[in-house]
Parts: sequence; C-alpha cells; structure tokens
Amino acid sequence: MTANRIYIFKRFERFWHWAQAALIMFLLLTGFEVHGSYRLFGFEKAVAYHTIAAWTLVGLWVFAIFWHLTTGEWKQYVPTMQKVDAMIRYYLTGIFSNAPHPFRVTTLKKHNPLQRLAYLGVMLFIGPLTWITGWFYIFYDQWADWGADGFLSLEWVAYLHTAAAFLMLVFLIVHVYLITAGHTPAAHLKAMITGWEEVQADESAAAGIEQRGA
Amino acid sequence: MKADRFRGRLTALMLGGLGVIGIGVGHASMPDSGSTPPVKLNTTADHARFKELQREFKSGPEVTKACLICHTEAARQVHRTKHWTWEFVNPDTGQRLGKKTLVNNYCVSIRANYPFCTACHVGYGWQDKDFDFTSEQNVDCLVCHDTTGDYRKQPGLSGHPASEEREIPKGSGNIVKPVDLRKVAQKVGKTSRDTCGACHFFGGGGDGVKHGDLDSSLSAPDKPLDVHMDATGADFTCATCHATSSHDIPGSRYTPTAMDKKGAMVRGQTDKRNPATCQSCHGVTPHKVQARLNAHARKIACQTCHIPAMARGGVPTKMSWDWSTAGKRGPDGKPLVVKDEKGRVIYDAKKGDFVIAENVMPEYAWFNGHVTYTLVGDKLERTDGVIGINRIGGSPTDGKSRIWPFKVSRGAQPYDSVNMNLVTPHTAGDTPTAYWKHLDWAEAIETGMEDFGLPFSGKFDFVQTEMYWPLSHMVAPKEKAVGCAECHSRDGRLKDIKGVYLPRRDAAPWLDLLGWSAAALALLGVLLHGGLRIVRGWRE
Repeated sequence: MTANRIYIFKRFERFWHWAQAALIMFLLLTGFEVHGSYRLFGFEKAVAYHTIAAWTLVGLWVFAIFWHLTTGEWKQYVPTMQKVDAMIRYYLTGIFSNAPHPFRVTTLKKHNPLQRLAYLGVMLFIGPLTWITGWFYIFYDQWADWGADGFLSLEWVAYLHTAAAFLMLVFLIVHVYLITAGHTPAAHLKAMITGWEEVQADESAAAGIEQRGA
Repeated sequence: MKADRFRGRLTALMLGGLGVIGIGVGHASMPDSGSTPPVKLNTTADHARFKELQREFKSGPEVTKACLICHTEAARQVHRTKHWTWEFVNPDTGQRLGKKTLVNNYCVSIRANYPFCTACHVGYGWQDKDFDFTSEQNVDCLVCHDTTGDYRKQPGLSGHPASEEREIPKGSGNIVKPVDLRKVAQKVGKTSRDTCGACHFFGGGGDGVKHGDLDSSLSAPDKPLDVHMDATGADFTCATCHATSSHDIPGSRYTPTAMDKKGAMVRGQTDKRNPATCQSCHGVTPHKVQARLNAHARKIACQTCHIPAMARGGVPTKMSWDWSTAGKRGPDGKPLVVKDEKGRVIYDAKKGDFVIAENVMPEYAWFNGHVTYTLVGDKLERTDGVIGINRIGGSPTDGKSRIWPFKVSRGAQPYDSVNMNLVTPHTAGDTPTAYWKHLDWAEAIETGMEDFGLPFSGKFDFVQTEMYWPLSHMVAPKEKAVGCAECHSRDGRLKDIKGVYLPRRDAAPWLDLLGWSAAALALLGVLLHGGLRIVRGWRE
C-alpha cells in the first residue's frame, strides 16, 4: 500500500495556530477568574495577565491577517454549502461504521466544509465580539471622550464579553474533540504539528504530493 | 507615645538647625557682630520685636487689641467665617446649619452648654445666646496662630484661656496653669496641625471621638498614617490643602466637593474652587503606571482606595454613642463608669454606652456632595427606625456622585415624644438642671430647648440616629492603598454598592447558567460521540 503526504500547514500557520491556542486557553483561564468563577492567580494578577495575553493575541492576529491576505490563504475560509450535508451525515452515522471520510484534503482545500464554516464563525463572529467588547472594557475610561458614554453600559459590555468567552469555550471543546475525527484519530493533530497530512494514494490528485513507498 | 517621640525628635532637629543657622549668620555678619539676632526665614516679622507685644497681657481680648493695631482687617475677616459665626446657610438646601443650630449624635448640641462648647470657638466670652458677634477684640487670634503649644482653652471658660491657676474639672486635682500670653503673643506664626488639631482632633468631646480620620496622631504622623502630613517627609499642615485667604478656610463638610473634574489648579485661576480636593493638586489622571486606575476615578473618590481604614494612628474613634442607657448608678450610689480592658471608658452614667474602635474599615456610599440635616425643629415622621441626623445625596446615575468612604456614627439620643422632634439637652455646667450633674433628662431638655426658644412637651424618649462623616484624612501611601480584590469580590468592601458593574462581584446568573450549560452539553456531546466511536470500533 502506498501513503502520500501533502504539506497543508506551513510553518507560520502552525505557529499561529498553536500560539493562538495557548493564548486563548490562557485568556479563558484568566478571564473566568476575573469573571469570578474561581480563584487562581488572584484578581489583580489575573487582570494583568489577561490584558497582556489579549494584546499579544491582537499582535498575533495582525500578523495572521497580513499573512492570509498576502498568501491568498484567506480563500481557504470562503464558505461553501457543498458537501455540508455529507459531512453532517458522516459525523452522525458514517464515522461509527468506518465509512470513508467524505472530504478529500488538498492544499487548496485543506478544511472540510464544516471546518470552513466553524472557523469562519470563530473569525467573523466570536473573535470580533471578543475584541470589540474587550476593547471597550479596557478603554472604559475613554468612553466619555468617545461620546460612547450615553449608549454603552459596562454591564452589557461585560455580558457580551462573557458570552463570547462561553462561545469560545464551546468551540474549544468541540474543536479539540474533532481533532480525532480525521482519516485516522491522530491525522489532524499530526498535520497541525508537522504540517504534513497523509492521504491515500488514489486521492493524491492535487499538487504538492510526495509519494512514499510503504 | 509615637507622636510624642516624633515631636521630641522634631524639636531636637529644629534646635539643631537653628544652631547651625546661628553659627552661619554669626560668621556672615562679623563686622557689626553682637546685637543682631539670626535672620528668620519663615516670616518677615519677628513678633517678639514689636513694642506692642512687649508687655504683660491679662486676657485674650487684650492680646487681640494689640494684634489689631497692625492687622486692621483681621478681626472683621474672621467675623465673616463659620469659625466665628458657627452658622452656615447651605446654598443648595437653604438649611441654616452650623454649630449654633445643628444637632449631632455625640454631645448633641451647644444649646445651654456654651461655656464648655465654646472652648473651641475662635473667640472669647461666648457664654450664652446673647454673645456679641460684632466684637472685634473678642476674636481669638492665638488659638490658630500659636506656635508654642502652650495656648489652651479649657472647657467651661467660654473660650477664654485660663488666666489664673484652676482645678479643672473641679475636685479632680488637675491644676491648670495660666497661659503666658506675652510669650504666646510674641511667638505667633502660621497655623499648624497642632493649632487646627486643638479643636478638630478633639471634636465630639475627646481625642478622635468624632471624625475617625482626625485625631492627635496626626500631630506628627509617620508616612503610613498620612502620606502628606508625614512629619519627617512632606510635612503638610492643614492649610497646605485647605489653602486659605481672608481667614476663610475652604473645604467645608457642609458642602463637600464630591466630584472634582477640573484637574490641577494653576496660578491665575480665578474661579472659586475648593483647593482641598485631591484633584486640585493631582489632576484627574494621577495614575501614571496603572492607567486603568484612572478609569476608576470616574466612579470612585480617591479617598475610597487611598484611605484603607480610619483611626489608624492608635487613637480609637467613637462608632456608637447610646444616650438611652445613661444615668446608671453603681452599688455605692455614685454615677457608674465602666472601662474596657485597655482602660478606656465604654460606659459613663453621664453619657451612656460607647462603642470605640481603631483601624475601622469605612462604609461606602454614592455621594454627590449634597447633605441634608434633620434639624431640631423638624418633625420626625416615625421613630421606630433610624433617623438620619444628616442624609447624604447621591446615586449611580446622577452624574455628580462618586463612591465615597464614610464614618457612620450611630447611637440613640433623646427626642420629644409628643412634639416628635429632636431635642437639645443641657448637659455641661454647674447649674441646677445640667444633666451631667443631676442625671435628670426632663429638666436638662427643658433648659436646652428653652435656650433654643423651642417648646418641650415634658415627655421624651430615645430614638436611634446615624450620621455620615465623609473621610478625607489619613491618606495612606500608594503601597498601602486598598487592593483590587478587596472590592472585586463577592463579599468585598463594595458588596452593597448598587448601580455599577464590578467585575468578579457581579455576573448575570442567567448568562452563567446558559454559558456553563452550553459548555457542559458540548462536553457531554463529544464524550458520547467519542464513546460510541470507541464501542463501534471494538465491535468491528
């Protein structure tokens, strides 16, 4: 049998992903302490860490946006409804009976349609919701200067920020689990660490394929 | 103890300094050395060299007459101030306030108690309600301008210093020597923490009793007690902040500045601002490193974080005074006095039960600077609750309020249970009706109300009262300021403050329920899904 490998996650992409993963988990950890869910670092430190991590993530996002725009990789996130039903059916039934994965990874389409939708949702909804509310939260003292005093309330900014955090937490849980739902349970994880995804020989039509004897 | 040691050290320092200056001047003025005393740098006038003061003075008014020879406007300036009139009409409420009319829940009122209370009047001879407020010679210059520490006005002398040896109180064996007015007059100077403190540290009848943030420990405080008045540091006097002109001292508790948005004062400003606010020096964004704290200043008075506790200098303050239990006699038939384990009076038959405390965490409330008083003539609607001797205005939404720290003094005091108003008992004095002498309420109240010109039904009872005292002194250094988590917690200092979202204290229960449920469902879902995959995998 022959196994082929395609290089789907480039070095920056992998760095972006893991740095972002670490930062988001740390932000959840410190954020829910600030929120009052538990005591870990102490309120004062939790706020300080949360703020530093948030600004770091902003920096990372600036780089990531630049990278996506200049490499054209942003197209990976253009949503499609094609095969969404197949993906849902696969997760609901096929996966239990060892049915073949309905999606073929290529370097041009490295995310399955459900991933596209989910990641786009994270980037276009949960992300901005977190950023915008976090921004107002941090710059609370500037509201009067911005004229935002009249219509913003810290209470609702905090609620929306918290809601965004819960959405991110739900995403994180499902995302971590679905790592195991690739062609093999470790395939996705391996790909995000090494950059290489193994595909079966007959699926290797697209570019960037390296053949390897088994 | 500590204060005394400080004062000793200060005196030594000052004497040492003078010695050095003396030697230096001696060298500089070698040619015509001998008669010229060392130059004084803290004043342009050495009062000891004025002929008018080089004589004996038999009384305070005699000294004042001498002062007025040069300071022609001084007495009439003082006449315009609350320190003289003990009267103040609040421009916001129209209420006639001031010690002349107010009651509090300490000694209650000055009515019919003048000779004792007016020991703290900036004048001489206010012994009854017919005092002449136009007299210039009865203005007391020395009580504020003494630099010797020898000038004392004893209660019972209507604002006069002791002019002959006296035993005060009578039968106590405590002999008070007459004040050397010649020496005091020759050494007058600027006001100091000690001169202001002679009255303001001892309000309510004793050291630290009334304010909580003002007591004799501020005579020579160290830095942790007050970062500004630190005797070996910045060494502020009261007037450094309460910067005064024309003898009219700004920064009144009757109309406090609860919110100062104007930033630091600069020379040439002509608006009549209160110069005693924190912002008048520090501006509105004083936190350079932790800019987030400036955001807090929109809702929180500086004092709230920077005065972590009151009565921090070793002097307790009176938190509660219950007059209703006064009048008990011991087994020997004498008025009862009970002391705590430290020897401090906690029950006195003349006054009732006290609760005293040190290092007290303040209470917090929204405050916009408006204070309304319950005056003696005001009808009490009901007396089963707590009467606010003063009631503070403020709300999270009026745009004028900040969260302020307060001492709330509580207690119970007499009221007329038929006419339903507070009363002003005659307590102090050697008279047939003084409560402290005879322990008879009805007669004492009768005399006090008569002085006021108000009716007394003869029936009285006691009502619970509370009084709010905003705190502004005993400002701690920043390292000792209140930490974030002391308010940002479920059960913190601000747990009862409404109208502001406080991270960690506040959360929407429905949002938490929704959020955690969603997370739990997601977790359950993936666990079931994964479990099913594993089970099916085994079967294959």
